[in-house]
Amino acid sequence: MGAADVLGKQSLVFREPVFIQGWGSVVGKKEGEGPMGACFDQIEEDPALGAENWEEAESRLQILAAKQAVEHAGLSMEEIRMIFAGDLLAQSIASSFGIGQLDRPVYGLFGACSTMGEALSLAAVAVAAGAGTHVLALTSSHFATAEKEFRFPLEYGSQRPLSASWTVTGSGACVVGSRPGQVKITGITTGKITDYGLKDSQNMGACMAPAACQTISAHLRDFSRSPEDYDRIITGDLGYVGQQILLDLMEEEGFRIGKVHEDCGIRIFDRETQDTHAGGSGCGCSASVLAGWILPKIAAGEWKRVLFVPTGALMSRMSFYEGNSVPGIAQAVVLETVQEN
Amino acid sequence: MTQLASEEEKKQYEAYVKEVTPTHSLLTNMVRAFLAGGLICVLGQGIINFAVSRGLDQETAGTWCSVTLIFLSALTTGLNLYPRFARWAGAGCLVPITGFANSVAAPAIEYQKEGQVFGIGCRIFTIAGPVILYGILSSAALGLLDWLAGRWF
Repeated sequence: MGAADVLGKQSLVFREPVFIQGWGSVVGKKEGEGPMGACFDQIEEDPALGAENWEEAESRLQILAAKQAVEHAGLSMEEIRMIFAGDLLAQSIASSFGIGQLDRPVYGLFGACSTMGEALSLAAVAVAAGAGTHVLALTSSHFATAEKEFRFPLEYGSQRPLSASWTVTGSGACVVGSRPGQVKITGITTGKITDYGLKDSQNMGACMAPAACQTISAHLRDFSRSPEDYDRIITGDLGYVGQQILLDLMEEEGFRIGKVHEDCGIRIFDRETQDTHAGGSGCGCSASVLAGWILPKIAAGEWKRVLFVPTGALMSRMSFYEGNSVPGIAQAVVLETVQEN
Repeated sequence: MTQLASEEEKKQYEAYVKEVTPTHSLLTNMVRAFLAGGLICVLGQGIINFAVSRGLDQETAGTWCSVTLIFLSALTTGLNLYPRFARWAGAGCLVPITGFANSVAAPAIEYQKEGQVFGIGCRIFTIAGPVILYGILSSAALGLLDWLAGRWF
């Protein structure tokens, strides 16, 4: 006997709800100055967080977010049975070097910017399977590490195309568990690697939109639901370009989600004043917006049911130089309030 | 469908993406590049004129011009002013010698954390390297052509 049932082609529905008991978010200065600034638990003014290098700075973001989430859940770190964590860097070094000192069992993940969806899904599955009472899902990104990993040195003078996104400096964490909390995870839809052959890594919204469309339409079919069954369908970091493409592609699939669609990348920055072009991106984007904005709204009962769909562009510097396209992936998690009516 | 099967469909998607993706205005960019590039050249000419007026010959004055511009670019790169200027000026500050200096100074600053050898040593020319390599290669090829042409005609 399992605690979850497979549903349709890509989904899983939990027999007993899995809960999110606590969450925490930490972001950088620019994110703090953005429209969502007031939502985050902690804003770090120093982009290096007092660390020697950018990678270590990102690691510190993870620890801060993890501690916030555990504290918010009213737990001590020792009560966390395992951690699912990931980031954007090669070999996920921000996670490896960050959370070692927490001294908890860890699974390291990579799903590019969709990693928060992946971490939440796996944490929920683990909890449903009885693998632990409290499991932590945690991801981060840092503007400086991502630029270094995927683009140019920070001081290099170049003009970013309008389709480019701005990697969020931030981290978000959630404690997932079997004991009742304010938000429940009732189901997940696992994403497929979706590749429409686009090679432009400076237009990640367009590379990821087909994946988001695939996951969301598969989700709605698997659950026999329509977009109206959700208060919001919130993608990770499609940005302005990706949002428009997603809405068009969804319409081709026969779903109109324009009324309920939101995108964390669009929400986190003000493109007029912050020079962020297409919007925010990175694992830390959807993770911090989830912990800072989405979960509190669901906990308050303002939203009854939300589909959280972080999106990732699965490329590396190597694949890009070798002329490969940029495949996308999107992981969907159904979040529901525990508030009655 | 998770993969577009035919090249035809991929092209269609690419064309559609191009249609919905905003781009910088070419005219604005050209005007800015003209102004910024021109301004850097005026500055260079100013340095040459000054050096000549102090009694240097044309060639030495030209060298002083390059060295001064490279220094200014490296300095403003370190102060994080050059990248800000570049965001506005685009190719106008990429093409002159200052852009080249920026492309060497920027990795030197960024990769310093990875050490003198594997950081700065290996990666200082990550951006400028190809320009240097193919620049030298093409001048060698042209030199060869020139030599051959000189022998036969």
